[in-house]
Formats: sequence, structure tokens, C-alpha cells
Amino acid sequence: MPQSSVKMQVRKASDQTIIVDIQGEITSAAENLLMDAYTQATTVGARNILLNFNDLEYMNSSGIGLLVTLLIRANRQQQRLVAYGLSEHYRQIFTLTRLNDAIAIYSNEQEALASLN
Amino acid sequence: MGNISPETEATEKSVVKSEASWAEPVSKLTIADVPAGAISLNLDGHQVVGPLQGFGPMWQRTYRVRLSGVQVSPEEVVRDWKENFARFQPSENQFYPSLAGIQPGEVIFINTRLIYFPGVRGLVPMKSGVMVLYSDPEMFTVMTPEGFPISGWNTFSAFIEDGCTVAQVQGLVRTTDPIYEFGFRFMGGEGAEDKVWFHVLEQLAKHWGVQGQVQFHKVLIDPCIQWSNAKNIWKNAAIRTFFYVLASPFRWGARLFKNRI
Repeated sequence: MPQSSVKMQVRKASDQTIIVDIQGEITSAAENLLMDAYTQATTVGARNILLNFNDLEYMNSSGIGLLVTLLIRANRQQQRLVAYGLSEHYRQIFTLTRLNDAIAIYSNEQEALASLN
Repeated sequence: MGNISPETEATEKSVVKSEASWAEPVSKLTIADVPAGAISLNLDGHQVVGPLQGFGPMWQRTYRVRLSGVQVSPEEVVRDWKENFARFQPSENQFYPSLAGIQPGEVIFINTRLIYFPGVRGLVPMKSGVMVLYSDPEMFTVMTPEGFPISGWNTFSAFIEDGCTVAQVQGLVRTTDPIYEFGFRFMGGEGAEDKVWFHVLEQLAKHWGVQGQVQFHKVLIDPCIQWSNAKNIWKNAAIRTFFYVLASPFRWGARLFKNRI
């Protein structure tokens, strides 16, 4: 399988909210890192998971598939998955793939955090 | 001219690469040209849908074949796959790519037959198609329209694993409505779907001179049935095709009548 060229950092925004900073490419090679980040967030009891796409360099259709899988896992744990920092191009991809039906998209971290209140 | 940092340049290249690989956003499919032999039915004006909009449990189904003993790159495999996409299908599945071929945003018209009795194939005609959602040198993905038997994406890719090129079909799909779900569970639909992709990968391997052993793996991503999407039944492509075929004599008669006036 292709080598992963993505870094993910998990940070706490509040007791119930975790932010996953994504830097690099979301492809099938990112699966383990993305699911590890999700597991870390769940382990500390996060109810809200924010995906920060500010430093996203590239995403292919396998990457979109990973986000669907992540969304289903989060829904089954009654967690809320939110995205922010997407470029206009990737916002359009979320719309095209109908991911925006299930993942709320915000422009920046402040807006995303405010939406949780 | 201002200096551009390597990071900025790399980002700009990524954006260009990405924009060229993805289909343009569309709210509904618009069919302009229909390839010879194809029929545009259950496509025009239909939205494309992903696995979130389907009805049945969500599965990730992966089929792969190792092209052992052949010196071929993933890019060559995928390039060839795109060119022979229709040819690798079983005879009961007629695929008609548009003249532009497998390109983002293009529609592949499909004329097939679905199950009616267990173990018997081909009694219910179904005409529809899929849209190429994504395409790059190492993979391409198709997305289904409303009314198609499955809702979701199928990704066709090739990659190197342990020094060997592997060709793979991976679907992230749900059945679209209760009728299709019944067909998949109880009328042999699921097995028929598997047979199609086994056949495709065997043909692909044969094309490269390999007697391929197809491996199959499925993962249940979401066991839930989305009852709120049971309404998808109104756009069921098999039912609509059935009525289209049933009404054919009336259409011919009307055309004849029109020509005589």
C-alpha cells in the first residue's frame, strides 16, 4: 500500500471536545493514523470531534471513504463529527459526495467550537 | 516576479492535481451525449448518491488479485483498466463509457439484468449508469445515481504490495431501497455482485497473462438499516426500467402514428 504522508495531532479543546489537526494527504494510507486519532479522542471521553483541515494538502476518493467510516463509528458512539478549515475545492467535494449531509462544515475553529454550544 | 516558497508551490500543485482528479460538483446529472448502443434511462435529472444516502447495512467489500510474475506498474494497470473497463465486464453487464472515457464527471451507461429467482440471473432488466467521481493515474472511483441497486462508491485501483502489483476493487456501499435489500439478501443479489467483480479481476489478470486468484474480504461498517431512506423505492431503476420496457410497444405505436401524420 502507498506510504502515508500525513500527520495528525490530537488536542483537547474542552472536557468533551477534541480537535484532530490534519496535516498532509488523506488517502487510504492515512487509515491507521486517522483511526488512531479517533481512538485517542474516544479514550478521553470526547463527545465532539473536530477535524481541522487547514493544513490538508490533498484528499482522494479513498480519503473520503475513510471519513465516511469515521463518521459511522462516531455516530454509533453518539459522538458529533464536525469539520473546519476546508478549502473551497474540498467543500465542493463534500457537497458532491453528500458528506455535508452528515458532517457540519465551518470556516474556522471559533465557528466550529461555537456551534457546539 | 515574486519568490514562491517550495511549500506554496507544492500546495498549488496539490490543488491543481486535486481539481483535475475530481468531478465538478453537480446537483443533478445532465445527460447530453449517449454512446451508440446505450439507453439513457434513470440518469438524467437524478442526483448522485453516496453510501450515507442508501437503505441497507453499509459494507466495505474488497476484491483483489495479485499480478504475480508480471513486470507492470500500478499506473499501467489502471491506464489499461480504464481503456478496457467495459470489456472486462461479464457478458450480461453491458457498460458504455462516454466518448471521453473514464474521466471525472463522465457517465458510464449500464444495461444489465437483475435477479428474480434464486440462482437465476437476468429476468429483470435494469438500465442506469454511474458517474466517474474521481480519477488519477493509480485509481478511479464511480458513484451511483438515485435508483441504482447500490448507493455508494466503487474504487478501482492498483498498487505495489510485497514487490507485486495488485489490482483491487473496493466498494463502500449500501443497498438503495427495501426491494434491492431483499434481492441482495434473499434472491442471490449479493452473490451475483461478488461474481461480477471476481469476473472483472480474473479478466484483468488474464489480460496481463496471469491466472489470477481473486481474494475477497468484506467488513460490515454499519449494521443499521436506514428506514428513513425506504422512500428511495420511488426511484428504483429496475422498476422504472420494467415499466419502460412494458411501455415499448405503445412508444413504437405512437412513433408510427406520428410519422404517418
